[in-house]
Amino acid sequence: MLGYLAHRLLVMIPTLLVISVFVFVIIQLPPGDYLTTLVTELQAQGETMSQERLEYYRKEFGFGEPVVKQYFVWLFGLLQGNLGYSFEHELPVADVVGDRALLTVIVSLGTIIFVYVVSFPIGVYSAVRQYSPGDYALTFVGFIGLATPNFLLALVLMYLANEYFGTSIGGLMDDQFKDQPMSWAKMVSILEHLWVPVIVIGTSGTAGMIRRLRANLLDELHKQYVVTARAKGVPAGKALIKYPLRMALNPFIADIGNILPEIISGSAIVSIVLSLETTGPMLLRALQSQDMYLAGSFLMFLALLTVLGTLISDLALAALDPRIRLGADLAK
Amino acid sequence: MSDVSQGASDLKHYVNDRPFDPYAAVTLSPEQEKYYLASQWVLMWMKFKRHRLAVISGLYLLLVYLSVVVSEVLAPYSFSHRHTDYLYAPPQEVRFFHNDEFIGPFVYDYDVSLNMEELRWDYTENTAEPKKLRFFCTSNDYAGSTYEFWGVWESNFHLVCPAKDSQFFFLGTDRLGRDIQSRIIQGARISLTVGMIGIIISFTLGLVIGGMAGYYGGWIDSIVQRVIEVIRSFPALPLWMALSAAMPVTWSPILVFIGITVILGLLDWPGLARAVRSKLLALREEDFAVAAQLMGAKPARIIGRHLMPSFMSHLIASATLAIPSMILGETALSFLGLGLRPPITSWGVLLNEAQNFSAVALYPWLLWPAVPVIMVVLAFQFLGDGLRDAADPYK
Repeated sequence: MLGYLAHRLLVMIPTLLVISVFVFVIIQLPPGDYLTTLVTELQAQGETMSQERLEYYRKEFGFGEPVVKQYFVWLFGLLQGNLGYSFEHELPVADVVGDRALLTVIVSLGTIIFVYVVSFPIGVYSAVRQYSPGDYALTFVGFIGLATPNFLLALVLMYLANEYFGTSIGGLMDDQFKDQPMSWAKMVSILEHLWVPVIVIGTSGTAGMIRRLRANLLDELHKQYVVTARAKGVPAGKALIKYPLRMALNPFIADIGNILPEIISGSAIVSIVLSLETTGPMLLRALQSQDMYLAGSFLMFLALLTVLGTLISDLALAALDPRIRLGADLAK
Repeated sequence: MSDVSQGASDLKHYVNDRPFDPYAAVTLSPEQEKYYLASQWVLMWMKFKRHRLAVISGLYLLLVYLSVVVSEVLAPYSFSHRHTDYLYAPPQEVRFFHNDEFIGPFVYDYDVSLNMEELRWDYTENTAEPKKLRFFCTSNDYAGSTYEFWGVWESNFHLVCPAKDSQFFFLGTDRLGRDIQSRIIQGARISLTVGMIGIIISFTLGLVIGGMAGYYGGWIDSIVQRVIEVIRSFPALPLWMALSAAMPVTWSPILVFIGITVILGLLDWPGLARAVRSKLLALREEDFAVAAQLMGAKPARIIGRHLMPSFMSHLIASATLAIPSMILGETALSFLGLGLRPPITSWGVLLNEAQNFSAVALYPWLLWPAVPVIMVVLAFQFLGDGLRDAADPYK
């Protein structure tokens, strides 16, 4: 197991390096840089930027240097925990981000737990009682969940909450906790607000998960070993849990690699609609104003979150299935 | 000897004198013959037809795509016409009975008054006079009837239109007094095209890249595998957001449209490439592939002529299932204001107006464009499911 862990960690490094190149290229893509945008903006307003300040920025952040050098400066900064400087907010990126990163992790984690907790019993039920009215109803709801973009769901929920309960469901905490340091009371307030975004972001993932678990379990249920077990007098419940369910669980766990990017994508847009204090809204603003270091750090952070999530799912899978970890050991 | 034959003749021996065909058990009835001799594609069609929901969805999508050609005719108004007297008008109810008398589909006109307290227009129905709807009308006696078909020739022909000097806002109007129903019909043109062009790009890329990786294997394969891993480990939407934000603001809306489509297509191929690769890896060791190779066929011919057809149906099914994500992607980007820009109208652009929550609370009909999005995505899901089931007719 330790060997497998080491192997997976080593593979992560080149992946993250390539991702960092990718992110850097993307934030460099828009023509000009933040300084030229700023200078033209100021000129349009009839103002000028002091020459010293311009020079300072230019030197400090290496504008005008060869792109490759800029990349390495940025990368080494990242490695040392220096996320760069946000031009729009005139603060180091780390200060701007604050606990938005943490909140993003909380929302994503909550959504994953929601997806698994809800989809597991429903998926098993749908497979065991195939073509029952309950199965049909759940399949129908699942299809609607798959087809509805989650930002629309957020809008509709907000509209309904406002129309019928007169409350606003936006935000991730009560107003008095905004910009406050993390505390117990704040945590409780966050947990109270968490359910709306979690449901909104998790719906399509849950629907997909139910469908896949149902299909996998159905495949297993029709195999001969199940018939044999039943013929030998194993009770239905035990014959289900002991073998087919364990077989169908594999793809269920492995799927986290698929739904995690989906959840993080979804949370980005839903948090904009619901104005959550996560990375989503700030990423959008940073992208619009070409605040490249801020946008880059967010992109890097989201990708890192996905890669880490996939790693965890692989480890869980290895713990669950000896073939995988032994296969990795043999490959060495 | 003669005794024996004598004894046998005592038994009642019945022989049917109808002509006897010893091959009757092996010969196929016409129906059976049709089934067993049918080509793969015919079998798939037979299997697909049994999937009711998929067939209905397919027909629906066909209709919607055909409607894109004649959007202008289907809409009651010219797309860009602003009814400046009817800002944020609520949907008009289509009625059939006036004073308990059936007179066919009609609407009541709106009386408009300004609500000074809430600073909004109030609309009340004027039930005195029914305004009958007209069908297949060619007159230009109401505001906004004249349009340019595909921007080329002028016309007044509409499938349905309001009475003379009257209005028909089936789904209400927006901030600038434009008819939302007409705009949704117009938006279909762009939203559906984005999905199609995007899938063509990603399909081609997936075929070529996955084909190369699967056929050649070795270092090409490992590079492609790594690239796929990296792209897949990126959350799609933030990446789309970053790329579309990178498009210069100076680009014309048409160029932005092309750019968005290319971005959606460029990032969607890994799933397809993976499928192609694994199928090719399994198939290239088959005897018929080796035979073709020994006869001197070039790789492109072997892949295209011998290997591809055996799993093309699977690819088409998975491509169908990938179209919704493109349509949703465009909708999400435009909704955020990073995607298409007016005057280009897509469902996402329309929903962008609903981004402002206070507007939605006051004018909920702004959410109508969400309905066609969900319908089309659902239809593609069902169609894709049916195609996937039919893709392997020998099972």
